[in-house]
Amino acid sequence: MSTAEQNRAAEGGRTPTGVARGLTQGATGTRGGIGESTLRPDGVLKVTGEFAYSSDLWHEDMLWGHTLRSTVAHARIVSIDTAEALATPGVYAVLTYDDLPTEVRHYGLEIRDTPVLAHGKVRHHGEPVALVAADHPETARRAAAKIRVVYEELPVVTDEASATAPGAVLVHEDRDDHHSGHVPHPNIVHRQPIVRGDADAAARRADVVVRGEYVFGMQDQAFLGPESGLAVPAEDGGVDLYVATQWLHSDLRQIAPVLGLPEKKVRMTLSGVGGAFGGREDLSMQIHGCLLALRTGKPVKIVYNRFESFFGHVHRHPAKLTYEHGATREGKLTHVRCRIVLDGGAYASSSPAVVGNAASLGVGPYVVDDVDIEALALYTNNPPCGAMRGFGAVQACFAYEAQMDKVAAELGMDPVEFRQRNAMEQGAVMPTGQVVDSPAPVAELLRRVKAMPLPPERQWETTEGADVRALPGGLSNTTHGEGVVRGIGYAVGIKNVGFSEGFDDYSTARVRIEAINGEAVATVHTAMAEVGQGGVTVHAQIARSELGVTQVTINPADTQVGSAGSTSASRQTYMTGGAVKNTCEAVREKVLAIGRRKFGTYHPAWATAELLLEDGHVVTDGGEKLAPIAEVLEDEAVDLELEFRHRPTQPFDLRTGQGNGHVQYSFAAHRAVVEVDTELGLVKVVELACAQDVGKALNPLSVAGQIQGGSTQGLGVAVMEEIVVDPVTAKVRNPSFTDYLIPTILDTPSMPLDILELADEHAPYGLRGIGEAPTLSSTPAVLAAIRQATGLELNRTPVRPEHLTGS
Amino acid sequence: MRVTFTVNGRQASADDVWEGESLLYVLRERLGLPGSKNACEQGECGSCTVRLDGVPVCSCLVAAGQAQGREVTTVEGLAGPEGELSTVQQAFVDAGAVQCGFCTPGLLVAADELLERNPEPSDGDIREALSGNLCRCTGYEKILDAVRLAAARTEGAV
Ligand code: FES
Ligand code: FES
Repeated sequence: MSTAEQNRAAEGGRTPTGVARGLTQGATGTRGGIGESTLRPDGVLKVTGEFAYSSDLWHEDMLWGHTLRSTVAHARIVSIDTAEALATPGVYAVLTYDDLPTEVRHYGLEIRDTPVLAHGKVRHHGEPVALVAADHPETARRAAAKIRVVYEELPVVTDEASATAPGAVLVHEDRDDHHSGHVPHPNIVHRQPIVRGDADAAARRADVVVRGEYVFGMQDQAFLGPESGLAVPAEDGGVDLYVATQWLHSDLRQIAPVLGLPEKKVRMTLSGVGGAFGGREDLSMQIHGCLLALRTGKPVKIVYNRFESFFGHVHRHPAKLTYEHGATREGKLTHVRCRIVLDGGAYASSSPAVVGNAASLGVGPYVVDDVDIEALALYTNNPPCGAMRGFGAVQACFAYEAQMDKVAAELGMDPVEFRQRNAMEQGAVMPTGQVVDSPAPVAELLRRVKAMPLPPERQWETTEGADVRALPGGLSNTTHGEGVVRGIGYAVGIKNVGFSEGFDDYSTARVRIEAINGEAVATVHTAMAEVGQGGVTVHAQIARSELGVTQVTINPADTQVGSAGSTSASRQTYMTGGAVKNTCEAVREKVLAIGRRKFGTYHPAWATAELLLEDGHVVTDGGEKLAPIAEVLEDEAVDLELEFRHRPTQPFDLRTGQGNGHVQYSFAAHRAVVEVDTELGLVKVVELACAQDVGKALNPLSVAGQIQGGSTQGLGVAVMEEIVVDPVTAKVRNPSFTDYLIPTILDTPSMPLDILELADEHAPYGLRGIGEAPTLSSTPAVLAAIRQATGLELNRTPVRPEHLTGS
Repeated sequence: MRVTFTVNGRQASADDVWEGESLLYVLRERLGLPGSKNACEQGECGSCTVRLDGVPVCSCLVAAGQAQGREVTTVEGLAGPEGELSTVQQAFVDAGAVQCGFCTPGLLVAADELLERNPEPSDGDIREALSGNLCRCTGYEKILDAVRLAAARTEGAV
């Protein structure tokens, strides 16, 4: 053992190292309340390398787990022989389906259709078949390679035609989930029509009708921190699980029954999360790690490498979208008909909710009275697809914005003006019949993004000649400006915030205030998954604003406190931020009650005035300081845990799609400026400007980071990102960062922002969930710009060089 | 085998190293230095960037044995002896260049080397020097801001 290992073992003992600690942030130089660009409480840990991610967890006698995955997409498992793997020195356990401890052997977010380990059949390439635990990761890998699995291959279904053809093999033979009764075919997970008005009659009023078919490729979240975690068996027969996830309590609900343990014996703590973007909403190594730990009686760590990560989480649904838009000569939309077919792959994941989003947001942020929409998700033998930032709204936005440009061109109208003429405003009615009852500044966002100054023409020119880094092809030095054409494109989108369709969406926060060394300090404890978005920063800001304290400690997220819901759907600042605010308000009332009890007789203001907590004191609304909070509390602490809910929503009617399905809407608009080397088909995005309404920016620096990060993921899927699945074998062809490209700093342009703050009166502080909207419109804006530069139709994303050169 | 090299100015050695282990694995799993990250382990993301005799390398692509007798600097070696953040570390915190932070250690090592070599980099120089480091969260704007800020602060201090 090396010295460092000894040190670590001595300090670690029976507890693992790399476990999350509380984050305490004191004076920040300013008040550090909401609306300020307070710095992250975990920032220093992250720049020194001390912040512990789930892949950094370590335990003195831990084993390494490895997952054997299927090499084929669809097959009957004839036999599995684990003898040789088990006999390998250093191997402690090998598990297959037959070793599962209870009758609960499947899990899933909404539909429990995913086997913990394959049973009799594999349904997609990379499905987990067996698990190995060994004393070195390489030993585990090599032992897994010695497991002999005999497959008898079955035909694959890979698209709508093959999945619904007469006699098509069924991906799941005996469905009895709550969607199976209403879908037209067992290989359709869920289907949602939305019908409003009379599209046929409206079509007769149209002066122009434009149709298009669009294809959206399969995108990967490509978070940088690989799936990983550490499961430690506990003396009470339970297990402690440290893991990177988006929603601890949803994991817990799926894990515990498979292990045969009550939920209180599966204690989960969030480990450092290296990004998520939807890809950690489904389970990855959680159950597997726990099974191996309980079987071997030893701590087990599992870390996927990048290759495995491409198989270890769901992807964004690829989609085929068919649209028909009609408009009058005056530029008013008459109707929209569309059909959106999403490929859900082999297991349901969150496909039903993605369908609901694609359908309900399918016409975009426009007023259209007559619509006929159908969205559905297929079961196929392709990789399972589920949540990714934008969640169904991304694919639709790509298509409807292409359509808006086409209609504008047909009418000879400016594409921005055409959008503005049809833009929704507060009070507009969605295709679902829901009234948009908070600001919807769609036309204004377009106006703002258009008004931003454009980057100079021939921006690559310098006094020393062309800077190739600013040109298409970059350092490959393929052009110095010859054949380069500029294009500009616009797009705008609409995204829902929070969980929709009647889901009981809530979050819990526990807040404590006490006096330590004569200073009032607060502690915030939630189960919110901090995945990089900065929730921990705003929780501290909220506590400061509501409780008048300076020092706030954010406890590690775990399952010892109530659920915070998922870090997804742009919901955490609204929901867990709202929960922290709500609990702080209740804590404040208790503090004031204590103050009234102790000091009420000394000053009439205790009884008569509106009281606040500010700057460490109880103050009147007139600003008069009544008493230091620390003196009010003395050695009493106030500690409360409360749930917070948003306004209830309703399911969409299964036939008409009518219903108040969403909580809040979020809007962003982009302008993309691209330069295209038309000879080689290379694209350089020169600038990607965004205007977004954020309701209220709780932390302007973080808001900018969310918008720029989201915009870049949209850029990625416009020009480079796609998981390529072989149409014949349904096998993934490019599971690596060598072949699946995400934007580098050279691919990413400057991204000027214009941030609007129009309060939503229904939301805490008037804020609007912001994380996803910028991922919607950036893709169609880039596509529109490339179309303008090249004159090509470009109905699929990502655009590849061969689409631009025609070769 | 036994591998001995200098890490952040201190002699370190690891025993029972299997020949196939990377420098990254030995740093993270055997020397208790998990700051260098493992986002791809195939030389594509830069999250594992360290300096080997001063030169930035992807430590996932360096066999541990290749580091024998050489000098390695990791993110853990950037701060001062009392833990004071280096200029580039402080700039990353201040500019909002850190979200999930998984790319941060590699970016810091790369940015530190850039500023040492080129104290007044143009935006193009920054982009070129950091083009081997993927970040999925930030869209890179704040990372550019951070490097510009670090350069300006360094210059201001001179
Ligand atoms: S982990 Fe070494 S380059 Fe990605
Ligand atoms: S901050 Fe998450 S990858 Fe860069």
